[in-house]
Amino acid sequence: MSHLETELQSLKAETVSMWNLVVLQLKKTREALLTFDKDLAREVMLNEKRVNAYELKIDRDCENIFALFNPVAVDLRFLLAVLKINNNLERTGDIAEGIAKFIVNTGADFDRSLLDATNAIKMFEESEKMLKDVLAAFENEDTAMARSIFKKDEYLDEINQKANETVASYIRQHIDKTEQALYILSTIRKLERVGDQSKNMAEEIIFYVEAKVLKHKPKA
Amino acid sequence: MSKIETKKVDLYYGDFHALKGITISMKANTVTALIGPSGCGKSTYLRLFNRMNDLIDNVKISGMVMIDGKDIYDRQTQVDELRKNVGMVFQKPNPFPKTIFENVAYGLRVNGVTDKKFIEERVERSLKQSALWEEVKDKLKKSAFELSGGQQQRLCIARALAIEPSVLLMDEPASALDPISTAKIEELIYELKKEYTIIIVTHNMQQAGRVSDYTAFFYIGELIEYDETKKIFTNPENPRTQNYITGRFG
Ligand SMILES: Nc1ncnc2c1ncn2[C@@H]1O[C@H](COP(=O)(O)OP(=O)(O)O)[C@@H](O)[C@H]1O
Ligand SMILES: [Mg+2]
Repeated sequence: MSHLETELQSLKAETVSMWNLVVLQLKKTREALLTFDKDLAREVMLNEKRVNAYELKIDRDCENIFALFNPVAVDLRFLLAVLKINNNLERTGDIAEGIAKFIVNTGADFDRSLLDATNAIKMFEESEKMLKDVLAAFENEDTAMARSIFKKDEYLDEINQKANETVASYIRQHIDKTEQALYILSTIRKLERVGDQSKNMAEEIIFYVEAKVLKHKPKA
Repeated sequence: MSKIETKKVDLYYGDFHALKGITISMKANTVTALIGPSGCGKSTYLRLFNRMNDLIDNVKISGMVMIDGKDIYDRQTQVDELRKNVGMVFQKPNPFPKTIFENVAYGLRVNGVTDKKFIEERVERSLKQSALWEEVKDKLKKSAFELSGGQQQRLCIARALAIEPSVLLMDEPASALDPISTAKIEELIYELKKEYTIIIVTHNMQQAGRVSDYTAFFYIGELIEYDETKKIFTNPENPRTQNYITGRFG
């Protein structure tokens, strides 16, 4: 393997590690929400620092590879994709941290019936799955897998759209639980953005493997 | 400890001050690139380490040049011994008018080695190290001139390696080669640093980036900046270095 290939591979491995950490952050946040485990939520907030450290490291490694190797063609596209994916992952990490903060800040247990009615947990599971699928697409340069993400994102959008209505009627009936209802609505909003981030990353993978730009285009 | 070190080295060609107080220390198993505009003293600096400048009339050298902690300009240093430890590869491939085999065996023979088996083994090993073996193993008796330019350069590298030096000096080793041969030489350098300490002169900035761990930027006989290549190529300290590597002058 050439020197540049070795560098690109270790960059890929690093990106995969960061990705796995972000997936784990989301998973822990979901568990913390479901079991109202504030300690676990605090752990997620603490681990956000590790996600940030990865981001800085990957940025620096990309900069070095650009400066030292003048990459072209697929190598260039790979680096550009990694730079953006790095950013998407960092934001996804922020989202997990943000939800963990809600859990820590809320006074009482989340009402299970509201979690069920809004499909919040389901949405969590779906966004984790999306994130993992895009990771697999990245690891295997599998653009068919990357394309499958676009459909899944529509499902998250659907849950998100219905949530307003559900939360509004819940608040009308449980005025004393308005605060947590709003937290749940915000959580759903945030999870919808996890879907967006995954979709962006899928676009980057297709760009790097196939040299096709899918941004701002209908994904038929 | 540093493998190679120069301390306040000044070199004059007659009255011409070609190196001005150069202090650098290099670790073992690293590649150091010497960059800078033509005539800035890169080759002169490189030739300090095998004492090739000694061959030039009117050269005056002061300061210390150390390899493995020994001052190589000390009166006790034997230049023959020094050159066994410090191999050199030049810009233009310069194979001898001999067979491929004899080119590589040359250094051993002049050093009085006669054991046939030993020589054969060493030739094979050196050709493997220089990534040429697969291409020439069936025509070792052919003239070295039948090889392409890139192959000839790898042959010269094999010839330098055959006497098992620990330091390898390369003066623009790829500047006369096509891009594919250049890439091969660069990959080779990356492999060779596992066993050797390498100093390479290059006028190709991208090449310095690709092959070296450390970079020294020379300008009119002065060392302007010496640092990790990563640092030099992303955030050099000296504005002159930045101007040079971004192609704004030189
Ligand atoms: N044998 C020599 N006699 C006199 N001057 C020399 C000799 N070799 C080099 N020089 C001068 O020393 C300076 C540095 O040369 P050199 O080390 O070959 O530069 P570089 O390798 O960076 O192009 C140049 O100005 C050159 O003209
Ligand atoms: Mg020169």
